[in-house]
Parts: sequence; C-alpha cells; structure tokens
Amino acid sequence: MKIYDGGKIIVGLIVFVGLFTFPFVYNIGKANVMPEPKINTPAINELTEKKCVESKQFMRAEHMQLLNQWRDWAVRKGERVYVNSEGKPYTISLQNTCMHCHSNKKEFCDQCHNYMAVNPYCWNCHIAPKEKES
Amino acid sequence: MAKFTAKPDELSKIDFTPPRTRWMETPVEIREHMFCHAAKPKELDVVGFPNGHEWRPQDEDWKLPENWERMLLEKMSDLLGKYRSFKVFMDICVRCGACADKCHFFIGTGDPKNMPVLRAELMRSVYRKNFTAAGKILRKIAGARDLTVNVLKEWWYYFYQCTECRRCSVFCPYGIDQAEITMMGRELTNLLGLNIGWIAGPVAACYMKGNHLGLEPHTITSSVEFFLDDIETITGIRINPSFNRKGAEILFVTPSGDLFANPGTYTAMGYLMLFHELGLDYTWSTYASEGGNFGFFTTNEMAKRLNSKIYAEAKRLGVKWVLGGECGHMWRVLHQYMDTWNGPADFLEVPKSPITGTVFENAKSTKMVHITEFTADLIKNGKLKLDPSRNDHLKVTFHDSCNTARGMGIFEEPRYVIKNVCKHFYEMPEDTIREKTFCCGSGTGLNASENMELRLRGGFARANAVRFVHEHYGVNMLANVCAIDRATLSTSMDYWVPGVGVTGVHELVGNALIMKGEKERTIDLRMEPLPGKEGAQ
Amino acid sequence: MGPIFALFAVIALVLVAFVGAGVANLHFLFGVVIPYAAFAIFIVGFIYRVLIWWGSSPVPFCITTTCGQQETLPWIKQSKLENPSSTSGVIGRMALEVLLFRSLFRNLKTQMVEGTKLVYGEAKWLWLAALAFHWSFLVIVVRHLRFFIQNIPAPLKAIEGLDSFLQVGAPLLYISDAVILLAVTYLFLRRVFIPQVKYISLAADYFALFLILSIAGTGVLMRYFLKVDVVGVKELAMGLIGFNPVEAKKMQEIGVLFYIHLFLVSSLLMYFPFSKLVHMGGVFLSPTRNMTANSRMKRHINPWNYPVHVHTYEEYENDFREKMKGAGIPVEKE
Repeated sequence: MKIYDGGKIIVGLIVFVGLFTFPFVYNIGKANVMPEPKINTPAINELTEKKCVESKQFMRAEHMQLLNQWRDWAVRKGERVYVNSEGKPYTISLQNTCMHCHSNKKEFCDQCHNYMAVNPYCWNCHIAPKEKES
Repeated sequence: MAKFTAKPDELSKIDFTPPRTRWMETPVEIREHMFCHAAKPKELDVVGFPNGHEWRPQDEDWKLPENWERMLLEKMSDLLGKYRSFKVFMDICVRCGACADKCHFFIGTGDPKNMPVLRAELMRSVYRKNFTAAGKILRKIAGARDLTVNVLKEWWYYFYQCTECRRCSVFCPYGIDQAEITMMGRELTNLLGLNIGWIAGPVAACYMKGNHLGLEPHTITSSVEFFLDDIETITGIRINPSFNRKGAEILFVTPSGDLFANPGTYTAMGYLMLFHELGLDYTWSTYASEGGNFGFFTTNEMAKRLNSKIYAEAKRLGVKWVLGGECGHMWRVLHQYMDTWNGPADFLEVPKSPITGTVFENAKSTKMVHITEFTADLIKNGKLKLDPSRNDHLKVTFHDSCNTARGMGIFEEPRYVIKNVCKHFYEMPEDTIREKTFCCGSGTGLNASENMELRLRGGFARANAVRFVHEHYGVNMLANVCAIDRATLSTSMDYWVPGVGVTGVHELVGNALIMKGEKERTIDLRMEPLPGKEGAQ
Repeated sequence: MGPIFALFAVIALVLVAFVGAGVANLHFLFGVVIPYAAFAIFIVGFIYRVLIWWGSSPVPFCITTTCGQQETLPWIKQSKLENPSSTSGVIGRMALEVLLFRSLFRNLKTQMVEGTKLVYGEAKWLWLAALAFHWSFLVIVVRHLRFFIQNIPAPLKAIEGLDSFLQVGAPLLYISDAVILLAVTYLFLRRVFIPQVKYISLAADYFALFLILSIAGTGVLMRYFLKVDVVGVKELAMGLIGFNPVEAKKMQEIGVLFYIHLFLVSSLLMYFPFSKLVHMGGVFLSPTRNMTANSRMKRHINPWNYPVHVHTYEEYENDFREKMKGAGIPVEKE
C-alpha cells in the first residue's frame, strides 16, 4: 500500500507521538524518588502522643484547606482558637502551632510540595523557619 | 406535472422547524418542482455512461439494476481510495452546525436535510455502516444505517439539491466541503443511470458537438454573425472574427451560453468589440466551443473527457495561450482541475498580453487567463478608451459567482473593470459577497425549468441581498462573470426583485468602450437608447 | 434519545470503575492494565487512522477553498492567508485555523426578519466556547504532566502558576477547570436548545461531551471537594511511566474517585481513534485548507490520472466537414 504525502504525515505523527510519550522519554534513567516527609523534630519527639491537630489521613488530604481557613479566621475575623474534631483547642498560628512541631520545612513540607510541583504562597507573608542546609 | 405558480409571498414563508421525527426515520418525499427529469438512456449511451434506463423520480420503482447495492458500495470503496478528501470529510465532522444556515438551499427551503451537515450525514451514515468498526458494531447508536432504496432516493433527491457552491466549506472549522461529498454522491448515482436530463443532455451534446447547447459549427458562426450585425448597427464597425484559425496567438474559449441567449449574448458582443478594438490575434474554436463543463456534475472522468478539447484544440491550432471568458464553474475546472487532468500544457507559452506586455505569472503552468484579469490589466495600463457615462442609467452591483469566488478567488479584477466602465457601483451586504457570496440557486446543472421551485428557493438568499441594494441605492443591474448566472439570475430577479436586470461584465465594457472609427453611439448593446440619447433615433 | 443514551453510557462507565476499583478491589486492572491498554489503543489507533486510512488515499486535485483575493496582477493585493499561493501562506492559514479556529470565527447567524428579509448577525459564541474548551483542555493536559515527570521544568510551573493566578481557595482554583466546565456545558446546551443542532446531533455527539464533562467533573471533585491523596496518585503515575507499577497496598490507599477519573480518561483514549474526535488529526489533513492555491502556477499531480476516451477533433471534423466548409471554417481534410 502506498502512503501519499507520507513524509509530511509522518513528521506530524512523530510530533504527536513525541508529545504524548514525552513523560516516558523524559523519565528514562531518572530514579523515581518518592517523597519521605520526616517528623523527627525535637518538638515532635517530645510529644507523648504523636498527633497533629487532626488525623494524619485528614491532614494529608485537607491541610491546605485547613490552613486557608485558619488564615481567614485569624486574619479576617480575629479568631485565634481552633477546636478540632475531638474538642481539643489549638492556637491558630502557622508559625507557632504548625511550624513549632514541623520545624523542618525542607524535610517535611517541601518533600511533597516539590514532588507535586506545588508552590504554596504561605511564605510570601510568613517567614520560613531558618534551617541548616542539610 | 402542474405548472409552478406559487407567488413570492408564499414561497418566502419558510418554516425552519425540524420535523418531529428524527431524520433517519423521516423518509424522503420527492416533491414536484423540486427535482429535475431523469436522463434519457440515449443521452447516457452517447458517452458510454452505465445503466441508462427509463425511469421517473416520482415513481416508486426506479428500475435499479440487480446488485445495485454491491455496485454502489464497491464504487464508494473505490472513491474512498481515490480521494483523501472523501475519507477525511466522512470521519471528522463534529456536527457543530456552523454550516447549517450557510446553505442557500436550507435558507430557502427550511428542509433540515439541506443543511450541509445533514446532507453529508446521508452519506456518512452509510459510510459508517460499511467502512468503520464503530458503525458495524454499534449501528444506529454510532449513526450508521443500511443502504436501502429509500436511502438511495434520499441521496439522489438531496445531492441534486446542492449546487457545489462551497459556501459551507468557508465556514466549516475543518474546511469540510459539501461539494466534494455531492460530487461523490453524483458519481454514485450516475453509476446506476440515475442522472438528470438537464445534465446528461448537455454532456452528450458537448461530447459530440463541442458545446452544451449542441450548436453545430455553422450555427456558431451564424450566431456570431447576428452579433456582428448588431455591433455594426450600434457602432458602425464591421468586425471580422476568425474560427478554427491556425497560427493565431490566442485561443478564446467561453461558455456556449454566451452565444445563445440573452443577456449572455450581449456579453459575447462585448468580447468581440474588445478584441477587435485591440486588434488581438485570436481565434474562436467550434470544436472547443464550450468553457463550461457539465461533465463536472456527473463523474470526474466525464469532466476530464470534455475538458480535454481545450488543450487539444490549442495544440492543433498552434496558439501560444488560452483566454477564457466569463463563466463560473468553468473557472473552477480550469483553475483547479484542467492542468492536473490534461496537462502539462508544455506546447503553450506563459501567457503574455500582446497589448501591455504583462506576463500572467499566476497562470504560468495552466496557460489560461481569465478575461477580467486580461481586461483589468488593459485598463490599468491605459490601453482602453472608455466612456463610463454610457452606463450612467445603470446602478450596478456585482455578484461573485460561487466557483470563481471560492474555487479561485477572483474578487478585485471584475470589480476594477466594473468601476472603470460604470460610475454607479454599489456592493451588496458584506456577508453575501466575495468568499461569502450566495449561489444563484441553479448551478451544477440544476437550471432546468421543471425544478423551478427549487431554483427560486435556492436563489432567495442571493435575491434578498440584491433587493437590499435595489431598495437602498436603486440598483437596477446585477453584474456577474458567469454564464449560468446570466441565465438563472434573470429568472430569479424577475421573480424576487423585479426591476433588476442581469449583465455580464464585458457587456458593460462593450458599452463603455470607445472604438476607433465608431459612429456616435445612441444605443447600447441591448439596442436600447443610451442615457441622454433617448430621442436620437 | 441521543442524550439519554449517552448519559447512561457514561454513567455505566462510572459504575464499572466504581464497582471494579471500589468494591471488587481490582486496582491493578483499573490502575495499570486498562490505562496501558487505553494508551496503546490511542496511539496505535490514531496512527492507523491518519497514516494508513487517510494517508493511503491521495489528494488528486488542488481543491483549496479560496477565501480571499487570489495572487494575480502585481497591483492587486493578494490575501496571502485566506488564499495562500506559497507554503508560508499555507502554514499561516493552518496556524490560524488550528490555534484560533479562524473559519469558525466567520460564523454568522442567518435570520429572517419582517417575514421575508434575511439578515446576517454576529454569532461568535460557538467560536468562543469551542476555543475556550479546546484551550482549557490543552492547559489541563499540560498541567497533568506534573503527575508524570520528576523535577517539573519551569515552563510547566509557569503554566500552572498562570492558570491559578487568581489565588482563590486552597488548593488554588484553576481557571481552566472553571472554563472547561462552562464551555462544555454551553456546547451541550446548544445541542439541546438550538432546534437545528439538536436535529443533527447523534448519540455520539452527546457521549463525547458527557465523557469529557465527567472527566473534568471528577477531576474537579478530587481537587476541591472529595480529596484524594495526590502524592499517592503521582506515585502510581510515576510507576506507570517507569513500567514499574506501585505495590497493591499503595494503590488501595487512593480513593475510588481517582479510579473513576482514570477509567473515564482511559475510555476517552480508547474511543478517540474510532470517533469524530479524530478531527484533531483531520484538521491538518483537510485538503481545502492545507493546499497551496497555486494550481494555475504549478501543475498538481494526480497519481491515478489515467487516459480517457475523448472525442477527437478528427472525429468532430468527420461529423461536420461539409457544414464547416459551408460556413467558411477551415478544415484539415478537404
């Protein structure tokens, strides 16, 4: 069977296949480094019950939304206390509550954020904790 | 068949509500005044078309050959293999509907199967059933259906309600061209002998006698003699053109309609006067006496067979290049098909105007120049003495023919000529001219008389735009560069916009042209008094 | 019936994924086997359609639809994009067509007023919705690359940043998400409410819309409402890309909504080469748009051009010799 204008069509198809298989090619030879958020900070190690403001599962999926709410409550309404699903109160503060325990932004926050190419704008206003370069 | 008598008021009441039943479940109704008579077997036999037989579209039994389904599907497969356009246009339509209200037949009839998208779906549904996996498995859900007698009748009815004007193709986001699909549809119907007389007759005549009208050589010369007498009466000059003359520099080919009926004949007189005034070394041919090509409305092969005469005659006569008259589909064929079919025309030279020295680089392979290209160049170079005041009684608008617009793109040349020979020129609304121009409603061989309702409905959109300039600017003359337009728009104007005449561009040129040694003109090419000369005779 | 059928078809797909991944725990099937198969069918099917099916038929004639002034006498301005006589003109024309839907931009609405007068009005909504839909779809596909590659390059991050620059909510609202939902909804509504468009619409037309709407819808649900563990999703995606699927336990941790989304996307990929969606490739192969309008300047070759039987001059003269002589027309043989 003869293909007409085969040259042009094949060039087009190479572009098509190239675009759609780009990830396969791009990742060749690159190890798949999975994120490993670390929680062995001094503050967390001191905790008797290693628990965040909500369950781990909830925090994994919803932390961004919770932080967004905290920001609104604290900054716009002046409410500074968050009562969690178990009735336990926490001070609404990124720096004094969240980052108190998770003082290792690079080893904790950035792990998944970098993996997913998410660039949260927390640190546009807040000062990121100073860490030693590891 | 009863005579068609509906008045414009009745005809312009158009119902755009689709039927309650879905289109696949709405059987075709072959309506009187909407279709053309069947071709006579003897007309088909002349050119060797297959399966010619006696039948009538309105009859239940079309007397189809045995195995007709298999014949059609095999032919369809063959055409799919020959035309990428056919395959692509069958596959990629998303039914966005952008084409729907662009078709003059849909606008004029409100019949949803005249929406280009649905006219194409008539064919696509059969394509899906027979040539795609999805259609074979999912059938109706995938929009597929079997080829039945009723489907075939629907094809016939609607593929002969399309003038291949390509307006839909301009608006389609993928350039899907219903003209291509209609051409395939006509190839298929033609295979079963289901052609129409108004096409088959001219094709047979053109094949045997050289032109659609079947004018024999001596009739051509005597027709031209009549024009020459009239020209002498009007100008006092006796012109002496040549026929089949070897050694002429230029072969002139124009549609035979220009030799036969008003107002095309006035255009022919315009050509004769212009060429005489220039002292052009040219000849007419009685063998290649047809520019148009009704074969194009049957099969590709037939079109090529008819078209072959032009180059053959140019070669026999030893001319340098070919000049083409005012015609629509003729120029689609010359511009986009002729060289491919019957070229290369390496025995000809790149066209060069002997008057101005202009080389027509845009025709350097085909070696065929459009007369308005030729004349526009003459005027630009100041080679013509013109008195546009002789057309002062005319308020002119210009109708772009479908084929020269969308199959060529000749927009400025005729306008430049008109504006130099007339003082009063008005454009129709911009959405109805140039690439968005409307068909006259009777192209592709549908200019018969028995389908008058179809023609008038099809011509409604064009007429509406003319009526606009008629009412707003007093336009009384519709100029065009197409022989079929000259014949059919006259009918359409008389019906929809009485008071507007139809003219070829070179009739206007002939009127304005000041010829060496002419007497003072008092009448125009129609033998009517010139403005200001009403009492002169 | 068309829209109802299409709706049920998409609901059925959702249920298949829900039962398969959510109830029967066939995570490997829905997370690995079907996506691989769908991708292969998409690539191979598309190549087949374009190269083998379309490519095997030639373009016998130069059938450019000319939408502007031809190249002619030097003092007449050519419309180089609408009637291109050079390759660069064709590239420009195709770029306008593919990137900006130039032809659809011409759209008009033909209306009858005062009983018998036709008027032509602006009708740009279809163009706008189509453009919005296709571009947002493209942005969404590009954005999804963050699930498929490590160390996302800056241009991809920039696209993501632009798409979310409004900084609404957390996670940030993507403009493309809102646009695609609105545009597809509009495209659906016009199919239902414009009588002519409704009349021409097939079940397949609704199916494509519903399928894309459900893909976008499940995506939006996952991002903004019923969240799934995106890190887990990326691990699964990276496993597919590296041909090293993640272990079953990790797959199970991702919510069922993700598997529904993935199955719908797989369905779209498998459906693509066999449906009207091949217009993605077809638009490039449409002869009325991609051909140079220079047919009088350069001879276009038809590969299947064959000799035909013609009525020669000799035959003609034999038929009419006496009449020609009588009319003073020169003949070859006296």
